[in-house]
Order: sequence, then structure tokens, then C-alpha cells
Amino acid sequence: MLSRNSAQRLLRTAAQPSQRLNIARGFASVQDTPAQSLQADIFKPTKYGGKYTVTLIPGDGIGAEVAESVKTIFKADNVPVTWEQIEVSGLSDATPTGRTEEAFADAVTSLKRNKLGLKGILHTPISRSGHQSFNVAMRQELDIYASISLIKNIPGLKTRHDNIDLAIIRENTEGEYSGLEHQSVPGVVESLKIITRAKSERIAKFAFSFALANHRKKVTCIHKANIMKLADGLFRNTFNQLSKQYPMLECNDMIVDNASMQCVSRPQQFDVMVMPNLYGGILSNIAAALVGGPGVVPGCNMGRDVAVFEPGCRHVGLDIKGKDQANPTALLLSGTMLLRHLGLDDHANRISNAVYSVIAEGKVRTPDMGGNATNHEFTRAILTAMEKSL
Amino acid sequence: MFALRAIAAPAQRQAFRATPRAAVTLSLQNQRLYSEKVAKYEGKKDGQGNYTVSLIEGDGIGPEIAVAVKDIFAAAKTPIAWEPINVDPILKDGKTAIPDDAIESIKRNKIALKGPLATPIGKGHVSLNLTLRRTFNLFANLRPCRSVAGYKTPYDNVDTVLIRENTEGEYSGIEHVVVDGVVQSIKLITREASERVLRFAFQHARSIGRKKVRVVHKATIMKMSDGLFLQCAHNIAKEFPDIEFDAELLDNTCLKMTTDPIPYNDKVLVMPNLYGDILSDMCAGLIGGLGLTPSGNIGDECSIFEAVHGSAPDIAGKGLANPTALLLSSMMMLRHMSLNEFADRIEKAAFATLAEGKALTGDLGGKASTKQFTDAIIEKL
Repeated sequence: MLSRNSAQRLLRTAAQPSQRLNIARGFASVQDTPAQSLQADIFKPTKYGGKYTVTLIPGDGIGAEVAESVKTIFKADNVPVTWEQIEVSGLSDATPTGRTEEAFADAVTSLKRNKLGLKGILHTPISRSGHQSFNVAMRQELDIYASISLIKNIPGLKTRHDNIDLAIIRENTEGEYSGLEHQSVPGVVESLKIITRAKSERIAKFAFSFALANHRKKVTCIHKANIMKLADGLFRNTFNQLSKQYPMLECNDMIVDNASMQCVSRPQQFDVMVMPNLYGGILSNIAAALVGGPGVVPGCNMGRDVAVFEPGCRHVGLDIKGKDQANPTALLLSGTMLLRHLGLDDHANRISNAVYSVIAEGKVRTPDMGGNATNHEFTRAILTAMEKSL
Repeated sequence: MFALRAIAAPAQRQAFRATPRAAVTLSLQNQRLYSEKVAKYEGKKDGQGNYTVSLIEGDGIGPEIAVAVKDIFAAAKTPIAWEPINVDPILKDGKTAIPDDAIESIKRNKIALKGPLATPIGKGHVSLNLTLRRTFNLFANLRPCRSVAGYKTPYDNVDTVLIRENTEGEYSGIEHVVVDGVVQSIKLITREASERVLRFAFQHARSIGRKKVRVVHKATIMKMSDGLFLQCAHNIAKEFPDIEFDAELLDNTCLKMTTDPIPYNDKVLVMPNLYGDILSDMCAGLIGGLGLTPSGNIGDECSIFEAVHGSAPDIAGKGLANPTALLLSSMMMLRHMSLNEFADRIEKAAFATLAEGKALTGDLGGKASTKQFTDAIIEKL
């Protein structure tokens, strides 16, 4: 059960169709090569005394509050995880744990060592000087190239659209977020978008294997190749070429503006979507809004060595910081994705079922889900639900 | 005719409405030189008292919906004379170009109405839309989206106005292969183009009576390029003390607009090219698609108003097409020409017909033909 071999995990996920509430399907994890022979130790989290060590970066804004909920709930379920908590902040004025390169470097080292992380979102100031976004820097440093956001209607949480079940897979390390910008002459700025075949191939393969491992039928490539003929053209052509190796999947491509229009009018048509960096940011926000906002969308960032789980729709939530209004669902579900990644499915199911049942019941909900409960009350309700299910 | 149509703030907030001209000439003296109305219409009437408008009927369903618009305009007795032109692309020095007489016509008339054009995909053609934009330097794309009563979507009462920089940004067209498998695509942001579109946005906000302008950007990541755009916005905002100005991160805009578009009903959004492209189509999705949204490409010398939907070759020639988008675009055009009363009349008739729901075309779930829909509008006039 606790096998960490990726190929076995793939098979296991494949052999284990629907769990209770049919939620297991969406939250399984996958490595970047499909059924072909894998090295056994591609991914080896540290485990001491029967416990995994996981780096926890609460992040800015509501991060500390929701991380607290996750810790409480994981502890209540005796999850064999030890947290290595590192306070990183992107806020320039936060003291004493302000924006420091040291904390950031610590976090990267810790993630490299533990190979697993649970992370809130770090604030990025607009100021033109200074470091690039810590979020982006971390992804580039650790080469966690694939970001997954799982967008699915939560039973009982009514939104404008029903029957949405899609996964947004986003290239995380290049594209518009390259950070390469310069001012040729005053008043003329160039910003470089980099697309490479190697990384396009890598993300496309990831998307295909993700689709296969999670019993999804269709993969859509999102691009703007009609305008950016070379850059997005490369991305699309790479996708199209690789798609021939996956005849069991339905593959198509769509222009990003059309995709965002379809997303708000007929989101049910999408299954797995794969796209370059910036479009991922746009579409994950649009799609998150369809199912209830950033508070309920889990996600993760996968690399060859390291996996960092973080909310799938990245909002810092500075405006509701410290008000005890935050919705921990996104981080909790990201946490259960982490557990499934470790093969701790029992724990994951217990926790996610409790979360879903509390939301479905509808009595205790945080403000973003239309209720008036605090984060603490919501967390307590989940704990109660977990006790009941034992 | 030297009317600074849009400078004075109108009394009440109403989408699409521009200030009456008389009120504006008064404020002429107060204007500093540079804040002269960006992209004002300077067309002249001909002998019969009509303004000439270049008409690009377009491909596929284009000719049918153009007929519908012409019929409706004739019925409303608008002072417009049409000059049909052909923009089939030609190759000039190896580049895609449009025929000289078409360029002449648009330059002379300073205004054009355009149906859908089919862009051949993957044949090295620069899209005609892009060619038109470049030829006439149409720097701003104006995309209002208003819910159509009678066509139900998950979103009600949407009324957004979005302005997109149209000449540079991610669509600069500057790309190259560095080595095999590595491509650089350059997003170009210049102060000049940014200030121009931002100034237009503020002026447009005034002319339609909205009090807020919001810049959408991603300056957290693209600190220099979007940073420059944002900085220009802060500078331009100082010239418009009566307009409230703020900025929002692209991610937040996407999220909030999709969650609930209503708070955007009192704002004009302005943004660089790519974001505008995506968000304007997203807004169209909120109200039911591109078949119901008008679009205007505004330039200093001339402006082109167009239907942004596809040419729908599958239903071309069958008389089933929905002319609403082209009709709404033509009303934007009338307002740009300060022919507001005609625009208001036609718009009322069109929205009443749509709301009534008796003579809807197939795409809106009705059974009527283009002709029946057009006749229903004319009847209401």
C-alpha cells in the first residue's frame, strides 16, 4: 500500500476506480513518463521513524490561518507526516519574518531535501526594483514544471455552472514568466516570452500521462498560435506531434481567447487542458470562479524530483488576513492530494470526505461559500465529521 | 464639425451615449492642446447630406448580415451612404496587403463597417484583421458587452466596457528562433502607445458617462513592461481628475468578473493587447457569445467597426445568419459619428425585438430567418 514506486502508483490509481463520493479520481498523482519503464526511485521522499517529513510554507495573507487548519486536521487523523515549517514572506514590510532571501533559500533547500511540500501563496509586490516573484523563483529553482489545478463542482456548493470537471495543466517555468525584460530606450520596453521544444514536450507528455492515469478522455491544448506563430506555434506543434502517441485520448487545440469564452459559457466541454504559463494563470482564475473561487480549488506543482502542493488558484488573500474568514478547503484538498501522492489514501479519503460532507451539509461554511462561519468553526466541523465517520 | 464630442461629462450614465455636440463646443477653450479628443471623427457630408461609409461585407454570412444592416439603416433614414469595397488580400513586396482602392476609400471616408473575414489558417498569411489594424494604425479596440434581454445565460445584467491596446504588446509580431527548439517572442510596450490608448480610455469613460477607469495588468511578474503601462496610467489619470482611477491584477479581474460581473458595470477597463483579447472574448462569453457583441477599432485617422464573430461558412447563403453583432457595431459607429439619435432608435428597436423573442435566429434558439428578424426590427422603428 505504501509503495512509492511511481509505476506502481500509476497502476494502482488505474486499478482503483471510484472511491466514495467519486473524488479519488481527480486527485491522483502522476509522474511525467507514461507506461514506459520508469526508474524506480524517480521520487523518493524522506521517511524517518515511519513518518514523512514535509516542508510547510504557510505563505502570506491567509496562509498562516489555513495552514493551522491543515495541521490540526492532519494531526487529528494521525497522519504520519512531520511538518518542517518555514516562514517565507514576499511582503516587503512584514517584520520580523519579512521578505528575506535567506528564508527563501532555506525553503528551497528544505524542499530539495524533503522532496515534498505544502505551500500557501507568497505575496509579490509590484515595485519595479527588487527580486522577482518568490512563487515564480521557487518553481524555476526547483524545476517544478507542471502546475495542476483541479476544477470541479463541489457537491452542495451551488454556482452558476454545473457538472464542471476539468484539470488545468500549466507550464510553470518559462513562457511569459521568464523574467527577461529590458528597456531598449526610455519608454520602450521589451519583455521576452521563451518557449522551448524540450519544455513543451515535457509538459505535453505530463498532460497525456495525467489524463491516462486519471481516466480522463480528452486533452485540449490552449495557445495563441494564430498570432504568435513561432512561439505558441512550437508549443502547439509539439503537442500535436506527441498526441499521435496517445491514440486512446481525444486531443484537440483551441485558441486562448475562444477557450476563455467557452469556459464561461460551456465549461462542461473541457477535460484536461494544457497550456503555457500566462494562459494558465488566466484560465485557472476563470475556471476557479466557475466552481466557487480560489478557496475551494486544490492544486499542485510537479517536477521530476520535487512536488509542491498549493492551492490551484493562487491568491494571497491579504484583504481577509487575520479576520478568521479564510476558507481552508483549497489547502486541505491540496494536502489530501499530497497524501494520495504518498499512497496514504485512507487518510486522504477520510479527510476529503469530511470536508465534502461539511460543505454539502451547508450549515457551516466560510463567507466565500455563502456562509458566515469562521475558519475555526469550519475546521471544527470537519473534525467532528471525521470523528463521526470512524 | 470641430466638435470635441466627448469632453464634457454627460448628465446621466448611460451606456453608449455620447454627449450632445452643442454642450461640448463650450468647453473647447478649456482644453489643453494635447488632450484634444483622441480619434475624433472628421468625415464630411456629401451633396445629399449623407456621410459616406466604406462597407466591407466580408466572407461567408457577411453579405447577408450587411444587407440586413443596410435595410434597417434605410428604414431608419440614417444619413449614411454606403461605399462597398473589396479587401481580398494581395501580396505586395511579399507581404500581405489590402488593395489600394480599399485603402483609398477608407482613408477618404475615415470610417468603415466590416463584416467577418475568413483568415486562411497556416498559410503564412498575416490575418486581414491584423493587416487592417496596421494599415490604419487602429490603436484601440473598444469592446462593450451588454446582456441581451431574451437570451438567457448564467449571467444577468452584464454591461462591461473593455478597451484593448491594439498595436503592440504580445502581438508585436516580433519573434525569432534562437536555436532550433528555442523561440523568443517579444512583448513590446511603449510609452507612446500606452499613453494614447489610456487617454482614449479616459475620454471614452467620460463620453459614456462612466466615472471609473480600471487598468488591468500583470506588473507583479512583468515588472518593466506592464510596469510601464501602469505608470503611464497613473500619469494620464492626473489629467482626468473627475474620473476615478485604479488598477487591478489580471488574475483578480479574471476571477472576479467570472464570479460576478456586475461590479464592473460602472467601469471602463483598459489593458494591453493580449489580456484585452482574452478578456473581451470572455465577456462576450458571459452574455452569449460573439454573435451579440459589437466591436470598434479606433484610430487617429479612421476607425473601423466590425462584427468579430466568424464567417460561418456552414450557414452562408441560407438566410439564417444573425446580424445582431454587425448591427450593434454599426450603432457604435453612428455614435462615433455623433449620430446618436439614430443609434438610440435602432438600438431600442433591436433590443425590443430580441427581448420579445418572437423573431429570433437559429443561434439564439429561434426559427426566424435573417429577413424575418430584420423585418421585425424595421417594424418596431
